[in-house]
Amino acid sequence: MNDNSQIIIIGAGQAATSAANSLRQNGFTGGIKIFGNENLAPYQRPPLSKAYMLGDTNVERLQFRSLEQWQGDDIEILPDTEIVKINAKEKFISDIDGNFHNYDKLIIATGSRVRKLNIAGSNLENIFYLKTLKDSDAIKGHMVAGKRIAIIGAGYIGLEAAAIARKFGLEVHVLELAPRVLARVASPELSGFFERLHTERGVHIHTNVQVAGFEGDDKLNAVLLGDGTKIECDVALVGIGILPNDELAKDAGLVCENGINTNSFAQTSDPDIYACGDCANREMGDKRMRIESVHNAIEQGKIAAAHIMGAPMPKLESPWFWSDQYEIKLQIVGLWNDATQSIVRGDMTQNKFAIYHLDSENHVLAVDAINSPPDFLVGKQLVFNKTALAPEIISDIAIPAKEFLKNIV
Amino acid sequence: MTEITFIEHNGKEHKVDAAGGGSVMEAAVKNNIPGIDADCGGACACATCHVYVDEKWLDKINPMGSMEESMLDFAENVQPNSRLSCQIVVNEDLEGLVVTIPESQG
Ligand SMILES: Cc1cc2nc3c(=O)[nH]c(=O)nc-3n(C[C@H](O)[C@H](O)[C@H](O)COP(=O)(O)OP(=O)(O)OC[C@H]3O[C@@H](n4cnc5c(N)ncnc54)[C@H](O)[C@@H]3O)c2cc1C
Ligand code: FES
Repeated sequence: MNDNSQIIIIGAGQAATSAANSLRQNGFTGGIKIFGNENLAPYQRPPLSKAYMLGDTNVERLQFRSLEQWQGDDIEILPDTEIVKINAKEKFISDIDGNFHNYDKLIIATGSRVRKLNIAGSNLENIFYLKTLKDSDAIKGHMVAGKRIAIIGAGYIGLEAAAIARKFGLEVHVLELAPRVLARVASPELSGFFERLHTERGVHIHTNVQVAGFEGDDKLNAVLLGDGTKIECDVALVGIGILPNDELAKDAGLVCENGINTNSFAQTSDPDIYACGDCANREMGDKRMRIESVHNAIEQGKIAAAHIMGAPMPKLESPWFWSDQYEIKLQIVGLWNDATQSIVRGDMTQNKFAIYHLDSENHVLAVDAINSPPDFLVGKQLVFNKTALAPEIISDIAIPAKEFLKNIV
Repeated sequence: MTEITFIEHNGKEHKVDAAGGGSVMEAAVKNNIPGIDADCGGACACATCHVYVDEKWLDKINPMGSMEESMLDFAENVQPNSRLSCQIVVNEDLEGLVVTIPESQG
């Protein structure tokens, strides 16, 4: 790579920001262009269902940098410019206005889009999804005491929105197809905790329900369930998962299976094209995973930049995630799915505890920390090192979590 | 605007102008300071914005909350002047503030 090299990034979000920053930090002196199809500089999404929706922060603070600050770093951001095609053979991309842009290396960081619900009445007014700043603003406009909101899908975004809606004094119904909340992403113990928490705060949680349709004249006034029950409401927020934005990559002939396949260097099947963030299906050990989190987007951006520059690989961390609901801060590290035992440390009724997920040989695979940063930070190291820890030690709160690290060699 | 100096672990200095009301972490991110990743964007959930605050400013910055204290208790390379920069609110009293980035974030 030299002064004349051109790196193009498609998508102007979390992964793009990380890749561009790391390219400069690794000494890249050529041109960097980031194309984004939203009308502002790259911004953080997590606050859209947390502090921003609550009104505790503003657009300036959501954006990593203003457009002017980006120019100062000699990184060209082109907002409002959708990329419509990648020509991998001749190494250029085309934007929606018909312009071509050549690249030496291309990074695809197009993120994901919401999965839509296509059922009767889904075109009615006041049915929302939550992905962008615009979406968050639109929903916030309905956060008015006395209104009724139906939240379809009890994932993290749905539950965070439920907590905010309660804070603003709305009547809240959460409608979930699975038998428990957070079914796709959390352990049964953690689901149980959040179900109790939201119920205590006045949220009506309905699990095992199928949403069959929306009713209303122009505007929504009810959600219809599969068993014929009607949930009257003024607004609906649908949060039923996301789909990777991998169409450009597929069209260009890159290998995609549930996202754009990448190797451990964030490279796609074309060695000059990288993919990072929500759109990538990354190689992790002997499996592939598509991870939807800030940490994953940042880490992959750094990996791609380091590989392009021939710099040392960044230190990898176990996947982690957080969520804020009411006064509860949840921090999760690792993946609990393969665990055979879940050990609670602390008192669940005091809203301050942790759940350690172990395999059959007591190796720590994941830790869920609820208002308990020590368990999260210790858990990060335990999970990374796959440390074995006896269940009776974990549940003994007389032993400080710090002691757990003594077993790491 | 308040001037803040970030010193990388290798000694490299960066002087930046920070907006009042924002956090010291935000000033670092807006200026692409290496070593302040701020993965959680200031939610006090990640400890990747850890800095050492120059002694002269220690009593001028806003005190630590319990969440920050508890995160710092377990972060790497902690010293008595450690803070999470996302929890330090910028105001005029901090003019000239100097913070150093720990080796573990180098
Ligand atoms: C409401 C909400 C709350 C969240 N909370 C958390 C949380 O608490 N913790 C956590 O770790 N993660 C959270 N996430 C997930 C996290 O925000 C994402 O995993 C992360 O933003 C992924 O980064 P990315 O760069 O891959 O995609 P994005 O940040 O989504 O950026 C992709 C960008 O590319 C643009 N784009 C797509 N196609 C094109 C094209 N053809 N041309 C030009 N531009 C294009 C998109 O419009 C978008 O702006 C949350 C997400 C949402 C929506
Ligand atoms: S930015 Fe995550 S703790 Fe400060």
